[in-house]
Amino acid sequence: MTTYLLRDVSPLGGERTDVLLADGLIAAIGAGLEAPQDAVVVEGAGLVLLPGLVDLHTHLREPGREDAETIASGTRAAAAGGFTAVHAMANTTPTQDTAGVVEQVWHLGRRAGWVDVFPVGAVTVGLAGERLAELGAMADSEARVRVFSDDGKCVHDPVVMRRALEYVKAFDGVVAQHAQEPRLTEGSQMHEGVVSAELGLAGWPAVAEEAVIARDVLLAEHVGSRLHVCHLSTAGSVEIVRWAKSRGIDVTAEVTPHHLVLTDELARGYDPIYKVNPPLRTQADVDAVREGLADGTIDIVATDHAPHPREDKDCEWAAAAFGMTGLETALSVVQETMVDTGRMTWADVARVLSTAPARIGRVDDRHGRPVAVGEPANLTLVDPAARRVVRPEAQATKSVNSPFRGRELPGAVVATFLRGRATVLDGVPCDDDVAATR
Amino acid sequence: MSAALPRPDGSTPSVPPVTSPSSTPAPQPAPSSATVVLGEAEIGRALTRIAHEILERNKGGQDVVLLGIPTRGVPLARRLAARIAAVEPGIDAESVVGSLDVTMYRDDLHQQPTRSIGTTDVPGDLDSKVVVLVDDVLFSGRTIRAALDAISDLGRPRAVQLAALVDRGHRELPIRADFVGKNLPTSLTERVRVLLAESDGRDAVLIESTDEPTGGAA
Amino acid sequence: MKHLLSTGDLTRDEAVLILDTAGQMAATQAREIKKLPTLRGRTVVNLFFEDSTRTRISFETAAKRLSADVINFSAKGSSVSKGESLKDTALTLQAMGADAVVIRHQASGAPHTLATSGWTHGAVVNAGDGTHQHPTQALLDAYTLRRHLVGAGGAQDPSGRDLDGLHVAIVGDVLHSRVARSNVQLLHTLGAHVTLVAPPTLVPVGVEAWPCDVSYRLDDVIDTKPDAVMMLRVQRERMSSAGGGFFPSPLEYTRGYGLDARRLAALPDHAIVMHPGPMNRGLEISADAADSPRAVIVEQVANGVAVRMAVLYLLLAGGQTPVAPQPNPNRSAE
Repeated sequence: MTTYLLRDVSPLGGERTDVLLADGLIAAIGAGLEAPQDAVVVEGAGLVLLPGLVDLHTHLREPGREDAETIASGTRAAAAGGFTAVHAMANTTPTQDTAGVVEQVWHLGRRAGWVDVFPVGAVTVGLAGERLAELGAMADSEARVRVFSDDGKCVHDPVVMRRALEYVKAFDGVVAQHAQEPRLTEGSQMHEGVVSAELGLAGWPAVAEEAVIARDVLLAEHVGSRLHVCHLSTAGSVEIVRWAKSRGIDVTAEVTPHHLVLTDELARGYDPIYKVNPPLRTQADVDAVREGLADGTIDIVATDHAPHPREDKDCEWAAAAFGMTGLETALSVVQETMVDTGRMTWADVARVLSTAPARIGRVDDRHGRPVAVGEPANLTLVDPAARRVVRPEAQATKSVNSPFRGRELPGAVVATFLRGRATVLDGVPCDDDVAATR
Repeated sequence: MSAALPRPDGSTPSVPPVTSPSSTPAPQPAPSSATVVLGEAEIGRALTRIAHEILERNKGGQDVVLLGIPTRGVPLARRLAARIAAVEPGIDAESVVGSLDVTMYRDDLHQQPTRSIGTTDVPGDLDSKVVVLVDDVLFSGRTIRAALDAISDLGRPRAVQLAALVDRGHRELPIRADFVGKNLPTSLTERVRVLLAESDGRDAVLIESTDEPTGGAA
Repeated sequence: MKHLLSTGDLTRDEAVLILDTAGQMAATQAREIKKLPTLRGRTVVNLFFEDSTRTRISFETAAKRLSADVINFSAKGSSVSKGESLKDTALTLQAMGADAVVIRHQASGAPHTLATSGWTHGAVVNAGDGTHQHPTQALLDAYTLRRHLVGAGGAQDPSGRDLDGLHVAIVGDVLHSRVARSNVQLLHTLGAHVTLVAPPTLVPVGVEAWPCDVSYRLDDVIDTKPDAVMMLRVQRERMSSAGGGFFPSPLEYTRGYGLDARRLAALPDHAIVMHPGPMNRGLEISADAADSPRAVIVEQVANGVAVRMAVLYLLLAGGQTPVAPQPNPNRSAE
């Protein structure tokens, strides 16, 4: 395995130093390290070194929708975005609701070699919301599933949700809820408010998210279980989670990069690039989730990367699919909205994009580790001073439904290391090297 | 509907429509000089003469209907009707005059910004009448061709005649005026402007020379 | 402006121009020969994804009276064929050389998508999109209002004038009504004052931002002596819980919000009664009201042809500086 000397880098934005990666581990940290023979030197002046990013919420679409993305293309995009681990959501075809399917996804991820893929297990069979899937079998499988979610759909039946919260305690699992009361959101197209009233698009009221979160945190408290809230999007949801934490309820929450910056005003052109679930909300909601992320009410940023083929967005709004890509723009959006505005430091970024998601997903024995000697070399090297214009056709992801097309964003991933091997070097995915590992 | 909307009086600014904020209107040819070729008195005399010629040619005023082509053909038609009623017994000026808007029959609509449509108001029915079309300037003849099409949709007059205050030549169609106030040979780089008291505060016919050839708007 | 997508895009002057032009068109329709050669050689396509014989016939008549060629394309957009049908249909029409596409679609925003996609190069006229807009309906409603209520009820020519000072009540299912949205914007632009009357379940969240008043009580609004009452169609299906249970029963709706003989009599003498059609006689409007001399519903239909002739004329007759619409980069124009 190649040895890498990262020269003059700033771990978590702190004091500059040299970091030596060898045999899959961080071998040495210190000023003026000598480069061993055959080591590749990466000049890191001005670059920030982060623990490899961990995405708790990604859609890799395989098996079933390989026209939109495959495990290979999706994880390559993840590596390009600075990730070393992703949790792949269960709404595939067939559904990831059995040990067999989650193991298949896990194997495909390992073979592709770009990041560690941790499949998410469905909570209910077929995501139908009626009866529990074999959560224990999935937990015991090679994939060692710890995160369970029907994401895409809500576990709306309170009894089913209660059972799930209780059941996962046996293996330290967590239920990740996609909070959306289905009856209040039948046929919904965008956030219910002033814009939807004018545009004549059926509304998705904030209360449909908040009411489910309120119920779930109380259930989690009652049965003594932990809960994770997916893609939290409204000011009211932030307040409910804040209240729940103050009561000592074991709840964690995530926000997507697009909810940190985009609002429902973008629907005015009827361009379905901006159609997503949960929908883009108002500026007041954007302000509230930024505040929640800054003060720790929201624990992590997760991309909810949702690739779709062209024809599913090249049509009228009502006919379009919900979802936006995000693996390759997440870090930049967090930098722009939170770091460059002074609300978060790079150490905070490491927390919300690596350490905390790794802990929630129970993969913190390998990912989200401190940048210290002896730790596995899962690392991301970022150039905060870079600026780039987003061009979806040039991205690694197979799909082009990015809401940031044409937008100039700060920051660029220079290198990504998975267990000491470079998956990205000089900002470019190492296709030959990664292929050689298969 | 572009920014260069037609004015309610039917005339259109010569500025091309601004369809995007970044485009700027084409520069108008600046008139380098304007000559008055007919003054108020001369216009008055010409109209009086034309009124008599109409009566003479048609052996009186019964069955004559004067249709002015908006915009300036209309006040001219009214003035002719008044003069006719003044000398011919039993003719009521109001009942022999009207307006005929030809916008919807033009063959050149697509080459210009959208024109607003003027009023068509015909006194009674045209069958077996003698229609005298009245316009201020006769130029290419296309307006009159459109007027003939418009008339044929309104009825079947016995005859159609044309009275023009000014004939400036350069016909593009085989059309000629029966009654002319003044023949004005002009070059294509010149523009003829008719001012009338009813719309412009005074009576005058002006020739302006410009740098570019002016299209046959009449 | 290249398209007519929403009354919200019209300035006061543009709206008055359309009404004045409609007046000229209406005058030609009173003649024996109703046909004009103005749009000869132009092709107008009626692209109707939603059934509507009345509106389609109105547009077809308007186009033919101006000597345009008309192609009728009726496509029932099913959820199976979803978006493909709009894009592929549009590309086919472009190949046939449509100068204008009149589109009615069940998805709000479909005309907007068509106009900005780069799939067609002609003018796009919105004939009704989902619950969003129906601009020509609002224009013919404004034209009808002006004919009756401005210029001494037809004695004077109302050309050049707007609806300044008029009070119009719009009654019914505002939440699902594209007619209501178009009318609120256009009437406001023309200087009229609008009051929406509906049960609270049929008023959208976000209506506070609209330039109009809202009332839940029809009798109170009638007491303010409006100059016109516009009744909206209420769909019976919305009453049942399967339809979302917006209202407990048709009878309760009619009691609270129906225009019956008593309410009709309470209106001021000059007030007119309007309805975009088709009517549910006995539900939102009683037979008495629908057939009374105050009801101008049949005239609205006739005015529709004149207004649509005006719209087609203003969009197609003139030569705009040829500016191809900037295609949306998020769409593939291939």
